[in-house]
Amino acid sequence: MFPMTACDLSVKVRQKHIIGPINLTINEGGITVLMGPNGAGKTTLLKALHGIIRLANGQVTFATPAKTAQEQQSFVFQSPIMLRRSVLENLAYPLMINGQDKQSAMERARTWATKIGLSAHMDRPAPFLSGGEKQKIALARALITSPKLLFLDEPSASLDGAATVEIEALLSEAQSTGTTIIMSTHNIGQARRMASSVLFMKDGQIDAHSAANAFFDTPPTQDAQKFIAGDIVI
Amino acid sequence: MDDLWNGIQQAIWLTLTLDADLVEISLRSLRVTLSALFVSCLIALPLAAILAVRRFKYRRLIISTLNALMGLPPVVVGLIVYILLSRSGPFGVLGLLFSTHAMVIAQVIIITPLITSIAHQSLRELWSEYHDLLISMNTSKWQRIKTLLWDGRRALMTASLAGFGRAIGEVGAIMIVGGNIDHATRVLTTAISLETSKGDFALALALGFVLIALALAVNFTTHWLGRTEREGRW
Amino acid sequence: MIRILIMLITVIFATHSNADMMRMAVTTSFNNSGLSEKLLPAIQSDLGLEVQLLIVGTGQAIRLGKAGDVDAILVHSQKAEEAFVDAGYGTHRREIMYNDFVIIGPANDPANIHDTNSAAEALRAIATSQSLFVSRGDDSGTHKKERSLWSSAGIKDADLGSWYRAVGAGMGASLNTAAGMGAYILSDRASWLNFKNKTGLGIQFSGDPVLFNQYAYLPVNPQRHAHVKHDLAVKLETWLTSQRAAEIINAYTIDNQILFTFNAK
Repeated sequence: MFPMTACDLSVKVRQKHIIGPINLTINEGGITVLMGPNGAGKTTLLKALHGIIRLANGQVTFATPAKTAQEQQSFVFQSPIMLRRSVLENLAYPLMINGQDKQSAMERARTWATKIGLSAHMDRPAPFLSGGEKQKIALARALITSPKLLFLDEPSASLDGAATVEIEALLSEAQSTGTTIIMSTHNIGQARRMASSVLFMKDGQIDAHSAANAFFDTPPTQDAQKFIAGDIVI
Repeated sequence: MDDLWNGIQQAIWLTLTLDADLVEISLRSLRVTLSALFVSCLIALPLAAILAVRRFKYRRLIISTLNALMGLPPVVVGLIVYILLSRSGPFGVLGLLFSTHAMVIAQVIIITPLITSIAHQSLRELWSEYHDLLISMNTSKWQRIKTLLWDGRRALMTASLAGFGRAIGEVGAIMIVGGNIDHATRVLTTAISLETSKGDFALALALGFVLIALALAVNFTTHWLGRTEREGRW
Repeated sequence: MIRILIMLITVIFATHSNADMMRMAVTTSFNNSGLSEKLLPAIQSDLGLEVQLLIVGTGQAIRLGKAGDVDAILVHSQKAEEAFVDAGYGTHRREIMYNDFVIIGPANDPANIHDTNSAAEALRAIATSQSLFVSRGDDSGTHKKERSLWSSAGIKDADLGSWYRAVGAGMGASLNTAAGMGAYILSDRASWLNFKNKTGLGIQFSGDPVLFNQYAYLPVNPQRHAHVKHDLAVKLETWLTSQRAAEIINAYTIDNQILFTFNAK
């Protein structure tokens, strides 16, 4: 599937230019953290790379045919989208969509529910759980199909410390079992903890793309430096 | 006021003694309306889902037309169906006129736009909630429709009950295409119309109260079976 | 779930057995008299024939006959019936029975028609006093009769002022309206006797021979509509003109008053 290449990518919404032109390559393995000030276009870039919004220009290509690549990706949205079903049914949903039989799908869902500490709530309707619990379900649901590529849009933006720790642990585990991760975050600390490489965005363009150590030790641009220091980047 | 009180008394008496005529026309009312409801839902619900999920050229026009058709005067529908089913009309050979089948046909025409419009409105809202997630998961159009129909089932039930209410109280169309024939096509509403025209207000009111009780019973039963208004349900 | 669906579909499309059934359009006045409830069971047991009645106004009955949606009609409007036969929609016209029309009015009889000597005089009195009068206004046999009476009384359409209210409804509904307004109205005696909301009204004039109301039976012409159940219609006609029918019709009373007189030849 890898490398994933974005070529001259740009996205417009109602004639307004949001991101682009963007050229980048992502290789297999590791966690790429996407950072930047609000309004830089991080969510749009993630959705564009994942292929769920229309591109005004350019394309995203993989080493494998597009259809195969599409089936091996998952996305965790900033605000978790819960189906109006039980926790268990939410987790089993992606498996059943792909044709797995109900019995084994539910079995696997049970395993994951336990893994995220929600075995006591398996039959409760998912939308009525807390924000943290919902985000964990969303992440488990994204990982249950063992995707090769996982996108996350500010996964712990509204979570407390405990929940954040759990999410990060799950992500590390996923990464070590072969899932390549691209995630955006506002939390510099989280970026430092998780990133193997960093994509810095500003005004709809990629300002910098480098290995994490290099990025944090010697910020490649002035804006990046200001951002890391916690200053407001305009 | 005498008539009102007499009507209530008669209604109770007829019901308690299971008056044969009353039972016959009540069952026929239910049969015609529920049959129409069944056929209408088969058309309306998937149609509502398709309209919510698919984008195609005349979608807005179809939705506006369906909304407008909710205002179709039933008696006009009855006249048109009569002309079509009359022996002198295009479908006369089917011999459907003055049968309960003709009544079902007329009622289907009347309530399908109503059910479709209401169902479509709630499915559209549900779709905007699920949109990113279901596209991200590479669901097919049919999988999306099935998911919407299942997860939105309580709203669909409301839409169906609205259709039921419209049909069970309808009299103009079924009077014309059914003919209000005793022991063949007479139902509660047409019987009420007949008794009113004969000046027997007490009996007409009695039948009216039975009709109201029937409609309420169906609604209550549906809600009870669907277990709505319970914690954590929609 | 599948079983429920199959059951539902069978219920919806189950067709009842077709053992000898025919459809006849009759007028609301005929139905309101209650006579059909005596005749139909007798027809069923004597002939094994189920007669489905469509109760509509004379105009609609004739329309149904023309369209071939019924197998026979039973109405009371000679002119319209003859036109129906002449145009080839009906095979012939067979007189069965008659009842009479009466002029109903408020108990205090404001136009004082009680003492008049003819229907024409009574109607002139109503017009002159401009008392409220309700008309069927629906092209029915009763309505046609009423209009012919006005014109025989020398009263033209232009003379029918705002006191003349055409409601466009059946006999029972029109009587309701007359009761509600305290108005005069022309009704067949049978419908009046069977009417359950008589408060404030009563028969103010009757007995003039011109108020004679003849009912006739017309089978729909099978040459016009081949599918029509002509043999059953003939069977019914034979029965309706038989001694048996005569007995039932002549014995039918409400409040000890005979409503119909059998006069089939």
